[in-house]
Amino acid sequence: MNILVCISRVPDTTTRVIVGADGKSIDNSGVKYILNPYDEYAVEEGLRLREKNGGIVTAVTVGNDTGKEILRTVLAMGVDKAMIVKTDSLYDSFFVANNLAEVAKSLNPDIILLGKQSIDFDSLQVPSILAELLGLPSVSVVTGLTIEGTDVKAEREIEGGKEVVETSLPCIISTQKGLNDPRYPKLPDIMKAKSKPIEEINAIESEPRISVIGMEIPSKKRLGKILTDSDEDINELVKLLHEEAKII
Amino acid sequence: MKKILIYLEPNKEVLKRTSYELISAAKILSEQLNIGFLGVLVNGTESQVKSAGEYGLTEVIMVNNAILNDYSLTSYAKVISETAKSSDCDILLFAGNASGLELAPRVAAKLSAGYISDCIALESAGGQITAKKPVYAGKAVITSKIKTETQVFALRPNVFTAVKTSTTDVAIKNLEIYITQEDVKSKVVSLTKNEGKLDVLEADIIVSGGRGIKAPENYNLIELLADSFGAAVGASRAVVDAGWRPHTEQVGQTGKTVSPSLYVACGISGAIQHLAGMSTSKIILAINKDKDAPIFKVADYGIVGDLFAVIPKLSEKIHEFKK
Repeated sequence: MNILVCISRVPDTTTRVIVGADGKSIDNSGVKYILNPYDEYAVEEGLRLREKNGGIVTAVTVGNDTGKEILRTVLAMGVDKAMIVKTDSLYDSFFVANNLAEVAKSLNPDIILLGKQSIDFDSLQVPSILAELLGLPSVSVVTGLTIEGTDVKAEREIEGGKEVVETSLPCIISTQKGLNDPRYPKLPDIMKAKSKPIEEINAIESEPRISVIGMEIPSKKRLGKILTDSDEDINELVKLLHEEAKII
Repeated sequence: MKKILIYLEPNKEVLKRTSYELISAAKILSEQLNIGFLGVLVNGTESQVKSAGEYGLTEVIMVNNAILNDYSLTSYAKVISETAKSSDCDILLFAGNASGLELAPRVAAKLSAGYISDCIALESAGGQITAKKPVYAGKAVITSKIKTETQVFALRPNVFTAVKTSTTDVAIKNLEIYITQEDVKSKVVSLTKNEGKLDVLEADIIVSGGRGIKAPENYNLIELLADSFGAAVGASRAVVDAGWRPHTEQVGQTGKTVSPSLYVACGISGAIQHLAGMSTSKIILAINKDKDAPIFKVADYGIVGDLFAVIPKLSEKIHEFKK
């Protein structure tokens, strides 16, 4: 099985976001970057498919040289080949999807796995756009996957329940927490990954479709009424929920 | 800009609440931009169309085709993009729900359009639409605009208000779109609803528990309070990772992002990852014994106290009050 996993590098979930000097992007100083958490499920699923069916897992990321760090992480997890599509420009989802589509056309994978969203822009766009560019079926936010021959059954979360989608290979799956428990790389594998080759190709530049005007830190004014656990205060809370918040 | 097209989603005899939210948002945009707006409904019914009139929609394009009876992402994406082209619409609105977030990017790609997902505000000035969207899990908000002629937006559910208007007559236009089995590249074969349980994504009130609940069996307290509010049960990452609750209930950065009318956080300290998933809630109530817990900084109401003592009392008072 020829498996392609697309990954991205994002700020750690504990990052305190500060608006940078340009007023429209994040201040990078002191920010720790990690492999996008949802991509871990994609990598793990790719490795499991290889363990079951044989074949190779290729990981690809789009970005500048710093993207190599997360490629080393997934090489340590057990990915066979790593590729970086290099660019220094700021990019949007279409740019990423376009470049991933080019890689996919050259590798011709049976399945493409991606995290359901990257936790920087939280757009949930790349998997679907990539699928459309390649003319492939796709299932998003997948929490269960079975593949037999070329038949694919994917379970996905929807509001208030789950749905099962049937499709066939080749296809694109975007992964959600619950699909599997990603493995931790072992120390010897982390060491070995440091010297593994990373193939570099240059990105195809394109005109961005979105322009960012500004970034701000939201500050919703809260009422901040802090009460004690006395009976009177609990009565007061119920009254506030009714009269002030108009909830009950 | 020419016209706005809204993707309408059926819910039994009527439409999903998010569809009415889209209609109201489109109505405002159409007045600001001085352009028309219409809806597209696939294999819909007259009663569904009629209900759209209660929110001021005046025109719906109906696409009916037996092939579309089973939901298929690929064929629906084709139908909507073809509808947009044939009806000369260049602004497309989708709900940012499970189906909309899959469909909208595909439609955008088909139409070579720019696309902004998860919008929490749309404004128009000088004939240009700008959209606000949370990034970094809600720790920041960006304002951006689309540079292509055709523009696609997905709106976060429960943020835009659905406003009833004086009922309008809805003109129905039937449109035939050539669809074959070839267009059905994937298909929904089954759908299971979480029986009797309200989902955090659909709930108007959510009661969540965190580490302060101490043991999985104590979650009946959270359920008790949720029951008195008529609320859905949510959970922090800590209790999901501990295996006490299913991940479908997880609210926060690697869980669900919610904006209910009331969010009740019980024994949740308020880690930045959790705040990311619920900070747009209209009212936040926190119950925590640590008066310095960060959750109180974002709370409208807070009770500093032991949740094991507070929840039964509060739950009883609410029941009493509701009688």
